[in-house]
Amino acid sequence: MSRHAELGLTDGEYGRIVELIGREPNEVELAMFSLMWSEHCGYKHSRKLLKTLPTEGPRVVMGPGENAGAVDVGGGLACAFKVESHNHPSAVEPFQGAATGVGGILRDVFAVGARPIAVLDSLRFGEPGESARSRYLLEHAVAGIGHYGNSIGVATVGGEIYFESAYEQNCLVNAMCLGLIETEKLIRSAAAGIGNVVVLLGARTGRDGIGGASVLASAELGDADSAKRPTVQIGDPFEEAKLLECSLELLDRGLLVALQDLGAAGLTSSSAEMAAKGGVGLDLDVSRVPLREAGMEPFEIMISESQERMLCVVEPERVQAVLDVCERWEVNATAFGVVTDSGRLRVLVGDRVAGDLPVPALVDECPVYDLALAPPATPLYPAPTRVLDAGGDPGATLLALLGSANLASRRPVFEQYDCLVGSRTARRPEQADAAVLMLDRDGSARRPALAVSIDGNGRRVACDPYRGAVEAVLECSANLACVGAEPLGLTNCLNFGNPEKPHIAWQLSRAVAGIGDACRALGVPVVGGNVSLYNEGGGGPILPTPVVGMVGELPDAGRAGRLGFAQAGDTVALTAASGWAPSLTGSELAKLRGEPPEGELPAADLGELRAVHAAIRQAVRSGALRSAHDVAEGGLAVALAECCVAGEIGAEVTIPGGEPALFGEGPGAFVVSGPRDAFAAFGSAVTVIGTAGGDALRIDGALSVHVAELAGVHAGGLAALLG
Amino acid sequence: MRFGVIQFPGSCDERDALAAASLVGDAVLLWHRDHDLQGADAVIVPGGFSYGDYLRAGALARFSPIMVEVERFARHGGLVLGICNGFQVLCEAGLLPGALLPNTSLRFVCRQVLLDVVNADTKWTGACEPGDRLSIPAKHQTGRYWAPDPVLDELEVGGQVVLRYATGNGFNGSARDIAGVSNAAGNVVGLMPHPEHAVDPLTGSADGLRLFASAALVAA
Repeated sequence: MSRHAELGLTDGEYGRIVELIGREPNEVELAMFSLMWSEHCGYKHSRKLLKTLPTEGPRVVMGPGENAGAVDVGGGLACAFKVESHNHPSAVEPFQGAATGVGGILRDVFAVGARPIAVLDSLRFGEPGESARSRYLLEHAVAGIGHYGNSIGVATVGGEIYFESAYEQNCLVNAMCLGLIETEKLIRSAAAGIGNVVVLLGARTGRDGIGGASVLASAELGDADSAKRPTVQIGDPFEEAKLLECSLELLDRGLLVALQDLGAAGLTSSSAEMAAKGGVGLDLDVSRVPLREAGMEPFEIMISESQERMLCVVEPERVQAVLDVCERWEVNATAFGVVTDSGRLRVLVGDRVAGDLPVPALVDECPVYDLALAPPATPLYPAPTRVLDAGGDPGATLLALLGSANLASRRPVFEQYDCLVGSRTARRPEQADAAVLMLDRDGSARRPALAVSIDGNGRRVACDPYRGAVEAVLECSANLACVGAEPLGLTNCLNFGNPEKPHIAWQLSRAVAGIGDACRALGVPVVGGNVSLYNEGGGGPILPTPVVGMVGELPDAGRAGRLGFAQAGDTVALTAASGWAPSLTGSELAKLRGEPPEGELPAADLGELRAVHAAIRQAVRSGALRSAHDVAEGGLAVALAECCVAGEIGAEVTIPGGEPALFGEGPGAFVVSGPRDAFAAFGSAVTVIGTAGGDALRIDGALSVHVAELAGVHAGGLAALLG
Repeated sequence: MRFGVIQFPGSCDERDALAAASLVGDAVLLWHRDHDLQGADAVIVPGGFSYGDYLRAGALARFSPIMVEVERFARHGGLVLGICNGFQVLCEAGLLPGALLPNTSLRFVCRQVLLDVVNADTKWTGACEPGDRLSIPAKHQTGRYWAPDPVLDELEVGGQVVLRYATGNGFNGSARDIAGVSNAAGNVVGLMPHPEHAVDPLTGSADGLRLFASAALVAA
């Protein structure tokens, strides 16, 4: 195999490189191209699709293209946020893969100057009941996320976990981070100022993570993956904690011209992107980079993915002040480069030139491919193992759903995360449909807050990539509505299989279209995101999994909604769009019955749903409702059970319509409770279905189960699998 | 009343402790490399992972320059509160008896717990009554309180067991459900739960404020 093919470049791409630079690239240059032109850095199969997403809105202060996007949250503050994947590293080494996934997304947020305030995670594994490997991946990925987030002192406030056999070989670990910053202090990553000094901050550079972006992130997983362990990075949250405080102090003192984190492709991508954005060149002397081990080659230094490093540009007269702040925080700082007007990225070893490339060739000339689309000719995903027969008693069906791995309480996982450091967390996991984080406004009687939710449902996207992706956006918006929050912006992580296969390309393009249409209809701009393709193993592709993270605002954390029924005697009502037609297609119940993810999902009237979400939001904000919970996986019966378990109180309700009404799924419905007169504002969208109270959930003519039994089954489902 | 809150590299909860103390007095951050308590009337050693908790939780922070001053201050009767990692640091420094071992589950656990006030005569619990029940979150992986049985007996007799997990609330395997202890004089207290995260009903509880109020009462 030719050298360029080993590094993941096609013959055509190699030819283009030779054409662009007018000669054969040397080893250093080829390594740099292989990373910058990988899917992970260059988005060569997804860039055209991503351009179709709406990115503008009145509250957007930083859109896609920077380390993180940001929205105005009032009071002169901005919230920077982003979601990113670390799937393949986590499949190879789950603890470090997940830990460094958190570390990487934290750096993206503080690279724009924002102090991270919260982390959320979206995880997918194979069936834990069937696979010891999936239980192993789950346990160690969760431990890794906790290790990093807890140690660095950023609250992990939410997330989601789903188990499907299609993720058996290729688990998903997506991490989202939010940070706060005074808007005027947001810093960009464009290098500027000819003669300014390039300073590397943080950990020493080692051989860990070499080639991660191309070898791991941009190719399918295979049998020889244990040999890829050296390409997984090792995280050190203590080093990152110092780097975070040090970086924020440098920015606070106004000592930096630009800041950029070192993520995938290390120095290569960080320096090339800084230079490209600034339209300048950089000379970097890699012989000055502090190393973990002797004898590293220049190309290794340029592509190492060692963690906990940042790159900054500093005016020469401020370099000493930068070094002094770094010394105080015991953070390495090395001036090793200079901004030039050459437009070239030159890698120097002392006086010797080891690589010399035009920056635009690396960044802007990355080939962009049109996708060849075709819906799959035959079904892509096998039927799951049947664990429940059709036609069972509704009470038993409800208990089977509540105790299933996908719907059981996440407490055994989220209790391993510090959800309250920072003293902002007004709604913790399982208290409400979205996490609520207070902003700093001391002394105010009303406490403005942010709400955040992350969601995605691969099985429904597999049924219908367009409608499934629309539902992911709707689900986040619904979650925010339940705490009284209005969406401000969205980030997404597109986890798909190999886009060079037409059926995967079709899934990807339909899903992006769905996200775009839902965002336009709801008025929510996309401010950033990440693409993770080639998520396939020997068993085939993962379920198409667009993960959506949404941030919203609410005026008063004191009135943030809760999901649990609050008191006996409260009226329980269903608020739904007029077209709400739940069906078992793609539902959790269909999965338990061994049905593959196929069939038609109900359409969503986006305009009407926007109005329903707004009505829920207003009712929560006004304080009229005492609980609000979105009907999602498992349908209305499961939503009611969750309201009972969270509130430790029963309910007696009537639901006409049989099994689809009880357990069917589809966007657009909420369970709300409150005094009898609380629902006037909903008009015809509301149907009173019963009353909270007693010690059991009674659904007239269908089932009656004690709350204690619901709670026990709900609490035990995942706990049993975690050991 | 002036509180000083130590900031080590790797501290996580120092800003929260600073904000909590600010509700009852003045509060300043103290830098780990300094030999200066900045005139603090009470010192808080906060939670987190000081120096990455390398070697053993609290083992390195105990040797930091600021801890020389904290030890001198404590031995002269100064008020010192160690929270979580701070408790571990004070045990490592010998200012408090016993040690913190990994939770029996070997997992990090974050959970709101109920604590019973056992001794309301320490400098940090004077605003409480014996038997008061406080709702305060705990979050740690190394919080199992341990001391030899004869030492535990002495602590119980001497009133040095300050806080206990209410029945069914202990999750870490602590000896005799001990959540917090004091030195013999009652001026140094350490606990694993985080009172600084329980000073605002909107974040779950304001019960933790009473520890800070207790210290302020001493000064007044």
